Amino acid sequence: MANVNLRDVRKIYNQTQVIHGVNVDIDDGEFVVLVGPSGCGKSTLLRMIAGLEEISDGQVHIGSTIVNDMSPKDRDIAMVFQSYALYPHMTVAQNMGFSLQMRGNAKAEIRTQVEKAAKILNLEPLLERYPRQLSGGQRQRVAMGRAIVRNPQVFLFDEPLSNLDAKLRVVMRGEIKALHQRLGSTMVYVTHDQIEAMTMADKIVVMRDGFVEQVGSPLALYDRPANLFVAGFIGSPGMNFLSGRYASGAVWIGDVSLPVSDLPVSASEGRQVVYGIRPENLAITDDDGLPLVVEVIEPTGAETHVVGHISGQRVIGVFRERFTTRPGGVLRVKFDPRKVHLFDQQSEQRIN
Amino acid sequence: MSSQILQLVLGLLAMPAVVLAIILPGELAIRRFPQKRQSSLRPWIWLSPVLALVGLVIAYPLAASIVFSFRDAMASKWVGFSNFVWAFGSAMRPVLVNNVLWIVVFPLLTAVLALSAAIMLDRVKYERIARTFLILPTAMSFVAGAVIWKMMYTYEPPMQPQTGTLNAIWTAVTGRMPIAWLIDRNVNNYALIFVAVWMSIGVATLILSAGVKNIPRELVEAARIDGAGEWSIFRFVTLPSLWPTILVVLTTQAIFSLKVFDIVYVMTNGSFGTDVIANRMYTELFVKQNLGTASAIAVLLLILASPVIFMNIKQIKSGGGE
Amino acid sequence: MSAIESRTAMSAPMQSTSRLGNRLKQVALHTAVFLLCLVWFTPVLSLFVTTFRSESDSSRTGWWYAFIEWRPVLSNYVEAIYLTGVGRSVVNSIVLTVPTVLGTVLFSAIGAFALARMRFRGRIALFLAMVGFQVLPPQLVLVPMLKFFLALGLTGTFIPVWIIEMGLTVPFGIFLLYGFFASIPSDLVEAARIDGASEPRIFFQIILPLSGAVLASLAILQFMIAWNHLLIPLIFLGSGSLSPLTVQVASLAQTNAGGLNTLTAATFISVIVPLVLIVTLQKYFVRGVLGGAVKG
Repeated sequence: MANVNLRDVRKIYNQTQVIHGVNVDIDDGEFVVLVGPSGCGKSTLLRMIAGLEEISDGQVHIGSTIVNDMSPKDRDIAMVFQSYALYPHMTVAQNMGFSLQMRGNAKAEIRTQVEKAAKILNLEPLLERYPRQLSGGQRQRVAMGRAIVRNPQVFLFDEPLSNLDAKLRVVMRGEIKALHQRLGSTMVYVTHDQIEAMTMADKIVVMRDGFVEQVGSPLALYDRPANLFVAGFIGSPGMNFLSGRYASGAVWIGDVSLPVSDLPVSASEGRQVVYGIRPENLAITDDDGLPLVVEVIEPTGAETHVVGHISGQRVIGVFRERFTTRPGGVLRVKFDPRKVHLFDQQSEQRIN
Repeated sequence: MSSQILQLVLGLLAMPAVVLAIILPGELAIRRFPQKRQSSLRPWIWLSPVLALVGLVIAYPLAASIVFSFRDAMASKWVGFSNFVWAFGSAMRPVLVNNVLWIVVFPLLTAVLALSAAIMLDRVKYERIARTFLILPTAMSFVAGAVIWKMMYTYEPPMQPQTGTLNAIWTAVTGRMPIAWLIDRNVNNYALIFVAVWMSIGVATLILSAGVKNIPRELVEAARIDGAGEWSIFRFVTLPSLWPTILVVLTTQAIFSLKVFDIVYVMTNGSFGTDVIANRMYTELFVKQNLGTASAIAVLLLILASPVIFMNIKQIKSGGGE
Repeated sequence: MSAIESRTAMSAPMQSTSRLGNRLKQVALHTAVFLLCLVWFTPVLSLFVTTFRSESDSSRTGWWYAFIEWRPVLSNYVEAIYLTGVGRSVVNSIVLTVPTVLGTVLFSAIGAFALARMRFRGRIALFLAMVGFQVLPPQLVLVPMLKFFLALGLTGTFIPVWIIEMGLTVPFGIFLLYGFFASIPSDLVEAARIDGASEPRIFFQIILPLSGAVLASLAILQFMIAWNHLLIPLIFLGSGSLSPLTVQVASLAQTNAGGLNTLTAATFISVIVPLVLIVTLQKYFVRGVLGGAVKG
């Protein structure tokens, strides 16, 4: 087990910089998720930690050593690939024991280690099968088993659940999380799915275009996103954004005023801002509320999603109630003023 | 005999030994370098056996042949272009004319027959069995093919019982004189070319069959719904889709026509006006012992093959293999 | 009711003519395929039948008379094997072919591994050179190679033939294997690298075991090429005691020594191994041909 520290890490492919001076500290035993849209550099960053990509500039520390020039096998890491990367011509047991075999461990020792890992993941009945005889979920578990057998300092996961169907993904999410609690190892996990990030991480690193946008605990990111991108990326359905003007303690969209409870520090009159409010922070109210013109009503059973607009700007609300309002009808809603996120229109940074 | 067995054992041991003796020490040697340097040195270690082999067997002879083609019979002094002047002179003209015939007739005949075979086989359930019949000749040596067809073409004087299959059928069906297939200058080159077609059609059919099966079924069905008949489907769907594959077949066979040696060597040995470049080269080299003219012929072959070589390279470069 | 009746009445003859047309088309198709197979197989059959006919029968009548008056003899095979040196040539063909096949597969595999799975300057150029070398006329190598091996004193051994046959096929072999090696997911190789496997281990324990089928394809193609080649062994081994089957059969055919029927027996012996291989291992042969040819 070890901490992982990235110090001003950069990656340059033929003159194009794809990772721009990333600094991230991952504590011993922490579960950190790198999340972002495709092409944001999260996988590249993970592969740099693994030693599969060269580090153009900066340093990667694992434990107390700088691993920049170490080969993957010397970094004491294990990696679970999106495709699982199981060796098709080896049985499950051989797949799991391959790294120990490479280290030159004795056969009996390998056998014990493999069985131990198989027990953790309920793979014992599958040990003599070949990967092609396994279901997607079983393959996924073998890939994790292979990582466990090595007993590495750091586990790396590269979108390990993307190839599974939605139901299985939820199950495996739980299993990985349980595994983390059981082993207590440092884990770095890459995904593009913000729900995976939210449910699994101790700490989330949100990335975009090779930059780190924000680092924090899932709820910190949810409650206080540092900028428009993070605000829009975390949460589903996404946060509502209404662009308006800040004047006399409120945000104005045309002639409608939206409430803000804690005033921005640097609020100057007339400043162009983006007013963010999460769909669940809308509530149905009496006639004095804001008029939400309904376009679509999507009942999910537990709650109702309402897509509509307020003063011409698109707003989604999530309510516990059920409605019979028809498209074109008007719902009166109010925003929870304590849950408002204000962003500067220009810099896209949070200002409250 | 025991020397042969000894050589067999030696060869079987030497092949892996050579490979391992280069790669393993090489890998050990670069292990002490940093990662980056290792990965820049490694390819050359792994490629070195291949580079040595291909360098010796292909690159060096390529260069040497070009040099020899400008030198005399014993490769002892420069003679300028005189070998090439000879190669394009009257002595070589009938040989070149024969090769032109091969280059035109052989690929076309093979492609047309193989295309028909591929389309027909695609529609029958016993395709695999029928295909096996077509491939059988491919597995044989050209020498064996030549022996077989020498029998097929056997000529007995008129009024004698014809023991050759072709003449037996010919005389029985038409009632005419038997034909001396390998001697009669009107037909003998075609007779030789047909042997090559017989032996090459298997591979050509395999390639074209794969092409036929690659045509999306929806495309044919759409054409059928649009009212196209069998011929229109062939003309406007099958043929255009297959064109790249047909080109592969045509170029491969054209190159083969340049290299053809065995069939002519065994069946006529170049007599009765059937000589081709490769056989002439063999004659120059071993009968006349003239390195210069033999090398000039080799270079001539290279020049004739070069359009296809560059076409293939261009095709791969533009997407196929990379 | 009557409308329906009249419609069926109208369509019935039409249907039957088109059904008849289809039937005719089917008959024509099967006939054409049958004729094609017949024409292609008859020469092989004629060879096979002639090997069992006596010299006197063959000089009087065509091979098809064997079906009328069946008097099989084995003397042609006995003569071919014991008198014309074909027995010895079988051994020579094996000595020539087997190491050639092994070497071709090994050399092509390491070359393709380097080209497909490593990144370095000149990679593309080298690969394209291999593409170009595939179609080079083998005649080009004769003169320089002959001089080279004469200087080394290696003519009269199998070494020059092994090396030249390998050198002529390895560019194709690299091309064939390159496509397959490049298609092996890089995740697998990276997983092995993280597991601590060195490059030779990755090659021998991951890449090669996964490539069994394509290696078999290359092996069977090179077996047929080397077993069937005439020119190279003719020049480097001569038609003496080292001659493989092709050279032996060619010299029998040219000199007419031993007569036609012995020649057919010798020829049949020379083709039986590749014929059995192509029928039993057709799958690998087809794969090899397609892998090497379809470049569009």
